[in-house]
Amino acid sequence: MIVALSIFLITIGSIAFHFWSPWWWTEVASNWGNMDDTILLTFWITGAVFVAICFFVAYCVWKFSYKKERRAEYKPEDKKLESRLTWATAIGVAALLAPGLVVWNQYVTVPENAYKVEVFAYQWGWKYRLPGKDNILGKTDIKYINDDNPFGLILEDPNGKDDLLVDADELHVLKDRPVKFELRTIDVLHNFYVPQFRGKMDMVPGIITYYWLTPTRVGDFEVLCAEYCGTGHYAMRGRVIVDEEKDYKKWEAKQITFEKMLAKSQNNDNLQLVKKDK
Amino acid sequence: MSDENDHKLEAKSDYVADAPSVSTPDIDAVPEAELPDQELYHSHSWWTTYVFSQDAKYIGIQYALTAIGTGLLGLVLSWLMRIQLAFPGLGWLEPSSYYQFVTMHGMIMVVYLLTALFLGGFGNLLIPLMCGARDMAFPYVNMLSYWAFVVAVLVLLASFFVPGGPTGAGWTLYPPQAITAGTPGYNGGIILMLISLILFVAGFTMGGLNYIITVLQLRARGMTLMRMPLTIWGIFTATVLAMFAFPALLVGCLMMTLDSLLGTSFFMPAMVSLGETLTHEGGSPILFQHLFWFFGHPEVYIVALPAFGIVSDLLSVHSRKTIFGYRMMVWAIVGIGALSFFVWAHHMYVSGMNPWFGFFFATTTLIIAVPTAIKVYNWILTLWRGNIQLSLPMLFSLGFIVTFLNGGLTGLFLGNVTVDVPLSDTYFVVAHFHMVMGIAPILVIFGAIYHWYPLITGRMMDETLGKIHFWITFLGSYAIYFPMHYQGFVGVPRRYFEIYDSPYIDTSTLLLNKFITIAVLIVGAAQLLFLYNLFASARLGKKSEKNPWKANSLEWQTPQMPPEHGNWGKELPKVYRWPYDFSVPGAKEDYIPQNQPPSEIIGAKVEKT
Repeated sequence: MIVALSIFLITIGSIAFHFWSPWWWTEVASNWGNMDDTILLTFWITGAVFVAICFFVAYCVWKFSYKKERRAEYKPEDKKLESRLTWATAIGVAALLAPGLVVWNQYVTVPENAYKVEVFAYQWGWKYRLPGKDNILGKTDIKYINDDNPFGLILEDPNGKDDLLVDADELHVLKDRPVKFELRTIDVLHNFYVPQFRGKMDMVPGIITYYWLTPTRVGDFEVLCAEYCGTGHYAMRGRVIVDEEKDYKKWEAKQITFEKMLAKSQNNDNLQLVKKDK
Repeated sequence: MSDENDHKLEAKSDYVADAPSVSTPDIDAVPEAELPDQELYHSHSWWTTYVFSQDAKYIGIQYALTAIGTGLLGLVLSWLMRIQLAFPGLGWLEPSSYYQFVTMHGMIMVVYLLTALFLGGFGNLLIPLMCGARDMAFPYVNMLSYWAFVVAVLVLLASFFVPGGPTGAGWTLYPPQAITAGTPGYNGGIILMLISLILFVAGFTMGGLNYIITVLQLRARGMTLMRMPLTIWGIFTATVLAMFAFPALLVGCLMMTLDSLLGTSFFMPAMVSLGETLTHEGGSPILFQHLFWFFGHPEVYIVALPAFGIVSDLLSVHSRKTIFGYRMMVWAIVGIGALSFFVWAHHMYVSGMNPWFGFFFATTTLIIAVPTAIKVYNWILTLWRGNIQLSLPMLFSLGFIVTFLNGGLTGLFLGNVTVDVPLSDTYFVVAHFHMVMGIAPILVIFGAIYHWYPLITGRMMDETLGKIHFWITFLGSYAIYFPMHYQGFVGVPRRYFEIYDSPYIDTSTLLLNKFITIAVLIVGAAQLLFLYNLFASARLGKKSEKNPWKANSLEWQTPQMPPEHGNWGKELPKVYRWPYDFSVPGAKEDYIPQNQPPSEIIGAKVEKT
């Protein structure tokens, strides 16, 4: 009796917790609201199965508890029932999978007009690079990284000259413009994760990974690293700010191009040389 | 069969020798033995009896106690981590120690506790007994297997004492961070971890070959494959999986050892490590992930399949009912085992591998849900119209059904590639895998220990203590892991030493962390009760009858209980039926042991098996 009742109460309690506990996802800030929808669909289907099976177990435990004089039923198999259950499960599973694959297809298909931004990860922090006027991110190589060229841009690549280098952990993106994050790390694995955006992808040294999204509401969001990257993993935070056009332009205007940066550091070097001469 | 062959074989039975002439159909006929009776090694000194024992039952207990001892360390580590998560203000741990504890906890629990306990422990104890063999096929290799495991554990523990401490790379040991500065234990602890795993695989291979060959070659006469208890089917299939899966781990470990010690670049691309350019070039970190998960996913089933098998037997015995759909159950175990080699990259949807793989692996992963669901249906249909005894093994089995169901269903979230994107690397994943491959198999282990304890000691474990242990463990672990899924929905990432006051995390999430930690401490402490029961009952427990649960399988039918060396006295048993003939209409008792000849139960309307 107590056992049946506890299984029953656990089931009811789980449902109650699901609907009335305060812990739920953050308000979505990108076009990936359909990921939330697939989760909800999964909840309804799996939730129904969970409740049905738990209630069935509770009922059995209550109804068929041991009595010395009674014999259990002797029925080793029931082919019809088994095949019905198998088909019902297969259909349920297909109903979960199909919408999942549709959304995944959208997730891995980047729209052509997406604005490309490089997210640059290192132990333990974030930097960003925008493509500049030509809309093309210049090529990079880890060998080129030094104090004057923190992003390791290949000097011979003309596309890199106008790239805007954001040497800070704060990125601004424009509301309603699709953006493709080109994810790059110079050391270990990282993962560029903003809970409100829903998207995620590991960053792997040696290759550029990516994902895309369209920000749908203005706001100030925290960036977290979602792939373990060593002792500082938990502190590897950044910010993404979704702006309307005006604010975005203001921020963009403040960023400096690679060319300017090189010139500046050259000047510095020259100054230092002059100082040394004196 | 003919009588002429009989006297050629050592294992002939009295009955066959006395059999009537060939022409009369003999209802008690069993196939002839194909191998001569096994010659056993008999120990002659203290060392060979108690230390380097070659008796599978004894080795099983050695394996189990070593695994449980190591698991206790894993449990204590989980306490330390949870206290840090709930009360970050205490300044209790350094981030590096936190990550070291996370890593060691994970590896210990998955490999050194669960794998060793199910296969090394229950495999050794049950395979020869349930198959009707005298011992494993190669007792000496079996003994070596255990001692290789001991050395592996010692090397693992030694990593706590090397400079830099144990590795803090996470139990998945992903390079490059596992072997670069920035991760604790990157040049000492990690090497010992890799060596320990290599030793474990070597030792396990010795044991695994034994389990497979024993099941295939040494079954009693009449014990066809489709009459084997599901426990043996589970352990057997899991061992086959392990034989295919562990080599992937082995080469992964070897390659990473070379990367770290000799500067090769299997997994290491050109990279900058904390401002310093390394000499590696051209390696692929994702290659390691493929190797790791080609092992890692079957590993889930290496733990789950024995649990599936054992729980099927516990449910059947303690509800006095045939297991429902035995043949489907066998094929589901085999099918899950085969499919488990085609789903590994569902751990890598967002790893940066070609995203188009997602379609394939999501599909295979959701297909595997079908045989798994069949198993759940058949367990609950076994209860239907049963005669359910709420003994300790049954309580734990019911607990298993609820937790496994919960954890299995959340697997449908994570396996479905799109749903995985927001949830991966969050506490949803942590909750899912603890529920499905932590708590669920451990509940089965407890049920199995309460069930087979009399077989080992001849005494029963204390029922009251056992019930307290059950309720705290079952309700407590549900209270730990069910709410934890919702932290994942909020977006709390896993492997965070401290979450600070992130703007998107409601402070109540931190409150939930405190609640979970308190539950962890209570559930952990309840295990002391179990340990007390385990050791005290060996002396103080009530003496057990010969077949206390009135089970059918062979391990309870030995001439002595507990069975002695060689298990069967002079004659090996003969098997006439499957182990699930409970409550057969027309039979006098509500159970018919596998070795009871049909001529003794004439009235029983047994279905052919």
